[in-house]
Amino acid sequence: MSEHGHCRDLLGVLSEFIDGALEQQLCDEIDRHLQTCEKCRVVIDSLRKTVSLYQQTAPASEMPDDVRERLFHCLDLDEFLHTAGQEQGSAGA
Amino acid sequence: MINEPVERDRPKRVEDFSLEKLRVGDRAEFARLVEAYSGVIYRLALRIVSNPQDAEDVLQETFLKALRALKNFDGRSSLSTWLYRIATNEALMLLRKNRRVVISLDEPLENDEQEMEPLQIVDWCCLPENELMSSEARAYLDKAVETLPHSLRVVFLLRDIEGLSTLETGEVLGLSETAVKTRLSRARMRLRELLTGYFGARIDSARPAGVDV
Repeated sequence: MSEHGHCRDLLGVLSEFIDGALEQQLCDEIDRHLQTCEKCRVVIDSLRKTVSLYQQTAPASEMPDDVRERLFHCLDLDEFLHTAGQEQGSAGA
Repeated sequence: MINEPVERDRPKRVEDFSLEKLRVGDRAEFARLVEAYSGVIYRLALRIVSNPQDAEDVLQETFLKALRALKNFDGRSSLSTWLYRIATNEALMLLRKNRRVVISLDEPLENDEQEMEPLQIVDWCCLPENELMSSEARAYLDKAVETLPHSLRVVFLLRDIEGLSTLETGEVLGLSETAVKTRLSRARMRLRELLTGYFGARIDSARPAGVDV
């Protein structure tokens, strides 16, 4: 198999590779390939960095207070708005 | 190496709520459930529909439907999976209604959702954190997700942003674990391509001699 063909074969498993979800034999094969293929090393590094950037920046958006208030109101839960808010810290949401 | 996504600010799990109380309509218990999950459901909805008003509609509709259906909730999936499923369906229905496009998660992948061979090979991982995490870069990250086909976008959001496992994501979307992995791979590869275009240009401008390989 040509080197380029091998790179193409690996494309579909790179995502699982960075998750550490591939079986050992396949991981070893990819590790061996990476020792000689700079192109695939760059693709894997940048794929890993892509996922990690999204995970780092993800939780930024908070639900605005007025959205929460209207939600409680439409569910007829206004009386719990204050109580539930006090529990918010412990709920971890 | 990245393993399963970190359980970042995940809400209380099903064990923390009394299904019995929820099924008989205990309003205080339902209020606790709403408090625990409304934030993540709103965030997910906002990332799928990309519009605050639509996201709020999805949020309200999700909990109204949950309230009506709780008495029949069989507990086979976790409450969180169940709520994510209702919310995802609502969000996709709303997109379908607004944009008059048919979105079906269990259809075979279209051509534009196929595996993408990397075209841009630039090592941008060495860029400093302040460049990678700038507000402009964050806005680009959001924009890049919005370009994904919906069937890939929801998988990426549930797995990599919300931190659900492959199995949980499959339960939410009615997909096999293999289908979840395939779609996640395609979504990530597309995002990598877009981010490489974006950050690669910054490398080029910072260091004309670059590290293009």
